[in-house]
Amino acid sequence: MLKEGEIRIPSGCAISGIIDKKGKRFSGEEIIKSIALMHERSNGLGGGFAAYGIYPQYKELYAFHIFYDNLSVKSQVEDFLAKHFEIESAGSIPTKSVPNIKDQPLIWRYFVSPKIYMSKEEVIDEDEFTSRCVIRINKEDKGAYVLSSGKNMGAFKGVGYPEDIGEFFMLDGYEAYMWTAHGRFPTNTPGWWGGAHPFTMLNWSVVHNGEISSYDANRRFVEMFGYKCTLQTDTEVITYLFDLLVRKHKMPMEKALKAVAAPFWDDIERESKEVQNELKSIRTVYASALINGPFSIVLGFAKGMIALNDRIKLRSLVAAEKGDRTYIASEESAIKIICENPDKIWSPKGGEAVIALLEGENNEPKF
Amino acid sequence: MLCWKVKIMNLNFNSPLFEVIRDEKKCVKCKLCVDQCSNKVHLYDEKKDIFKVDDMKCVNCHRCAVLCPTKALVIKKYSLEYRENAMWTDSAIKEIYKQSQTGGVLLSSMGNPNPFPVYWDKMLLNASQVTNPSIDPLREPMETKVMIGRKPEKLEFDSKGKLTTKMPPQVELSVPVMFAAMSYGAISKNAHEALARAADDLGICYNTGEGGLNKDFYKYGKSTVVQVASGRFGVHKEYLNAGVAIEIKIGQGAKPGIGGHLPGRKVGEDVSYTRMIPVGSDAISPAPHHDIYSIEDLRQLIFSLKEVTRYEKPIFVKIAAVHNAAAIASGTVRAGADAIVVDGFRGGTGAAPTRVRDNVGIPIELALASIDQRLREEGIRNQVSLLVSGSVRNSADIVKAIALGADAVCIGAAALIALGCHMCRACVSGKCNWGIATQDPELVKRLDPEVMHKRLVNLVSAWNYEIQELLGGMGINAVDSLRGNRLMLRGIGLNEKELEILGIKYAGE
Ligand code: SF4
Ligand code: SF4
Repeated sequence: MLKEGEIRIPSGCAISGIIDKKGKRFSGEEIIKSIALMHERSNGLGGGFAAYGIYPQYKELYAFHIFYDNLSVKSQVEDFLAKHFEIESAGSIPTKSVPNIKDQPLIWRYFVSPKIYMSKEEVIDEDEFTSRCVIRINKEDKGAYVLSSGKNMGAFKGVGYPEDIGEFFMLDGYEAYMWTAHGRFPTNTPGWWGGAHPFTMLNWSVVHNGEISSYDANRRFVEMFGYKCTLQTDTEVITYLFDLLVRKHKMPMEKALKAVAAPFWDDIERESKEVQNELKSIRTVYASALINGPFSIVLGFAKGMIALNDRIKLRSLVAAEKGDRTYIASEESAIKIICENPDKIWSPKGGEAVIALLEGENNEPKF
Repeated sequence: MLCWKVKIMNLNFNSPLFEVIRDEKKCVKCKLCVDQCSNKVHLYDEKKDIFKVDDMKCVNCHRCAVLCPTKALVIKKYSLEYRENAMWTDSAIKEIYKQSQTGGVLLSSMGNPNPFPVYWDKMLLNASQVTNPSIDPLREPMETKVMIGRKPEKLEFDSKGKLTTKMPPQVELSVPVMFAAMSYGAISKNAHEALARAADDLGICYNTGEGGLNKDFYKYGKSTVVQVASGRFGVHKEYLNAGVAIEIKIGQGAKPGIGGHLPGRKVGEDVSYTRMIPVGSDAISPAPHHDIYSIEDLRQLIFSLKEVTRYEKPIFVKIAAVHNAAAIASGTVRAGADAIVVDGFRGGTGAAPTRVRDNVGIPIELALASIDQRLREEGIRNQVSLLVSGSVRNSADIVKAIALGADAVCIGAAALIALGCHMCRACVSGKCNWGIATQDPELVKRLDPEVMHKRLVNLVSAWNYEIQELLGGMGINAVDSLRGNRLMLRGIGLNEKELEILGIKYAGE
């Protein structure tokens, strides 16, 4: 059977996300509870979490979480890492045995800072250097897979139901100001741990429910800018789209959202001249960044999270607020189980983003 | 130059191509056929009260048969056949008869008719099921608008998040279709009027072709692309500013590498005025532009046209699909073209040397796929628009072209067929019975622009609806998400190499 990346595997899914906008950290217990409620939306073939704020003691360093199939590829990758990064600390990620979780790879974690002077190319910044190294490992080193590479954040994922994966990684022992989670219902899968979601790149993480029909148009667009879609998944290409628009092209986040979930031409016509001009320009220049087909995504980055539906809302997505917290989930019940009486609960309109940022942050193009 | 042409009078080996059959029982002797046939095939003998036919002159344009009130006429392939021979086919033999008779270059009209593969028919489209719902265009918005023109690599915003990039000019098409360049001269004024009015009603564009623009049609400017070809006929400042875009014609799919020739007999008073050439003189466009011998020269022409139009109009460059089309396209983008129009080897023409038309150039599908891929590898595909023409027959061809990587298509033959063209391929004679490829006022009159422009509007509207339906089936609600989306295509009956060039998978994969 072909591994993820060698073939495109459509899947249905459950997603969930929680943020404390004051930056107060809390354990992974709640997010596990929320995603576990939507058990029926996954089929035990993939689950995962992204957690932000979990490594305050290393917050200046890139935290790499890496899967290895065997020891030889591990030493190969570690040679590469040693050459390109100062490794502050390395060790396996603690796990606990859970009956339903089998065949786990070796799971390692490294805190590193880039030796940017190793770059042969003209001035590239640390982020660009690091992302190129990650793309290089994922592409070249067979049997190794970097599942997250951001600062003060990490992804935890694998083959299994998300609640079992959460238990396996003992996420109740981590504290984050923001959690996102994913339960996957792939139509077929070779059971590869790297294929589970979230997909991450530097500080970005994406959990997504749906199957985008614009995949190849989006893929061929981002690949023009040096990305390589090795996994052939929607989340991968969506992550790269945001990375391109916001990090590389420095678009304000709200404008990037107008590219990926562009307003209809008819709606644009109704805007004021100035807004019209801006929206028209975005649609014209970034036509290939439009994400089409059913999707609901939660995009996580250091400053907060953004939830977004496709333009005609072909996937369910519910948001709620209570105190300093914002909740997002595929189903209302997955919010209610952890937050019984929210101050506000609503179903965001198609194409209208729910933006929940840490307080004091604005959506300048720094992610 | 060597020339041993000799006149041979009374010996012609050729037999008719078609046979005109009249059902005497049905014929009411209205003589409409006699009036209608500009080729003088039907003759009526008053004295004997009988019809005579000259099969030799019939081009099978169906005019008489379609208009005959009792449907008494049928045109058939002439049944006199040569002895079966896979090598020496009828046409191979007849062409030798013709050339040994006249000593001339063979001329043909319309696109390459030979049985080369039609790749549109070897690609199949996808539809959504279960994991991904299809979208009903009757219930949900379904966008087919496209913007043609240069795009900056990225947009810039100031610290307040306000857009600071000034967008280059774009041509807005409500449907990803334009009418292909067909000159006034090659086709009639009424045909032009029908195209212009239809484009105007539809929110798309037609293209003047290389023959200038008739004064009466300046009012359709917002739906007009004006062409500048090597003959520079009818090109002046007002003309250049008359439309929404300018197209520089470098090549044409039907005759890559050679220029154009409008015979003097098609150059009447009005064509002469519009083209700015004397009445009755042949209008010859040279093979290359005499000011373009290299890519830098093309750049100069592009920028002089931009200067004269104050950078307010995108400049298209039309090239023929030949072997190195991808490299040429890339150079053309770098030379400053805002859109590239690629014309495939099946593209039509009013007249072209048969050997050129039938043997030079490559299929548009392959050229399109390799150009799109090449521009992407160079990271510049996003900066230009890519249009294709030459054998786009229906909405499915359009959807496949866009999935391969085109922004839009241009249709020539399909538009003429909507105007009544019956594909007899006799345009070069100038006696088009349908009032299209002719300047004879009596024939031109037969094409009523008032009625005919509506047929074009109908055709494009029907296609637009079909495009929406196909898009919806794929779970897409904007044509932007189809562009270059090759996963939506699968090949059938193709070899590995063809799949590789088209960049698609095989059906079942
Ligand atoms: S040339 Fe056309 S009109 Fe004349 S006989 Fe033939 S089919 Fe009829
Ligand atoms: S335009 Fe007229 S002459 Fe040319 S193919 Fe069509 S019907 Fe025949």
